[in-house]
Amino acid sequence: MSTSWPLWEVFVRGKRGLNHVHVGSLHAPDAEMALRNARDVYTRRNEGVSIWVVPAASITASSPDEKDPFFAPSGDKVYRHPTFYAIPEDVPHL
Amino acid sequence: MADDLELRFERTVQAEARIEPRDWMPDGYRKTLIRQIAQHAHSEIIGMQPEGNWISRAPSLRRKAILLAKVQDEAGHGLYLYSATETLGADREDLTTKLIEGRQKYSSIFNYPTLTFADVGVIGWLVDGAAICNQVPLCRTSYGPYARAMIRICKEESFHQRQGYELLMTMMRGTQQQRDMVQDSVNRWWWPALMMFGPPDAESTNTEQSMAWRIKRDTNDELRQKFVNMSVPQAEALGVTFPDPDLKWNPERGQYDFGSPDWDEFWQVVKGGGVCNQQRIAHRRKAHEDGAWVREAAAAHAAKQAVSKEGAA
Repeated sequence: MSTSWPLWEVFVRGKRGLNHVHVGSLHAPDAEMALRNARDVYTRRNEGVSIWVVPAASITASSPDEKDPFFAPSGDKVYRHPTFYAIPEDVPHL
Repeated sequence: MADDLELRFERTVQAEARIEPRDWMPDGYRKTLIRQIAQHAHSEIIGMQPEGNWISRAPSLRRKAILLAKVQDEAGHGLYLYSATETLGADREDLTTKLIEGRQKYSSIFNYPTLTFADVGVIGWLVDGAAICNQVPLCRTSYGPYARAMIRICKEESFHQRQGYELLMTMMRGTQQQRDMVQDSVNRWWWPALMMFGPPDAESTNTEQSMAWRIKRDTNDELRQKFVNMSVPQAEALGVTFPDPDLKWNPERGQYDFGSPDWDEFWQVVKGGGVCNQQRIAHRRKAHEDGAWVREAAAAHAAKQAVSKEGAA
């Protein structure tokens, strides 16, 4: 049998109120060991209050090659931004 | 099409933006990065040995706890960096095999022996100090995962250097014998520390392309000079001297002049002729092979758990 452990991506919540952020990856035989290893590798100095581990193989990512067409729908919709609308300067709180 | 991709890559690098794992990149860029990051990761892992040598003989519980934490950090640094190489398509098992078969290198500094406890302090001060000089500019290297790993590493290296310097200050306040031990250690480590920046620019084959790709940000000689400038006042404050008769302030240059390391020795150690080359690799191979049953057992356990979970569901 193959002895190489699967790769896990690690996400850490730095403190309450923040999102989990990707910090790196590691190898572990199962989810529980991945969590323990993530604690030892990525949070030796109180860098986190919560950890997620996700099998790297389970992540679906957008392809960088199709970057332009994929994100194009948001490119031509300037009316989604507040600065699109001209409001007289003397109108307060807008 | 290929030209398009290459142009986009060049533009990204020139604009000081980062290249990310799934971006198109030239083969040479990928190969250079894998070689450099793997070599760096191997250095962290092999680097656990010289200091690990003193954990069981640390003179106090405080020093032992500090040394343990430091050696654990080195392991962590190795793992951040291996993780970065894997984003480039390298295989972890393959890298470990290349290390223990001598097909990939690690920093030659770890092929020198740690003869006294003062070496623990001097390694923290000078060896980690030189590593910091090398690594701080790498926080701005063009490959995103490498730059992010370096940021984490640099934060932690600062503890390494300060604990080393504090250890030496403590010894310098002790007996004459302890002060002599510190000076002896500095005498042995100073030149190897200067060699950590690599061969002189004129002989460094990889520098030019790496600078163009913004993998490397400063030349070997620039970093070496910076390290000397930083270290001299630290040595004076500590009360030790460096074993270099040519070391003196040059007011015209606004920098210290210093002698040339023994590059024959450098190449000899790189090629495997250092005091500890064989011991370091043999130890790493043994640890890897002795751990094989643990890796197999954990994988078997995980497979079994997965099956019984499936059955219960």
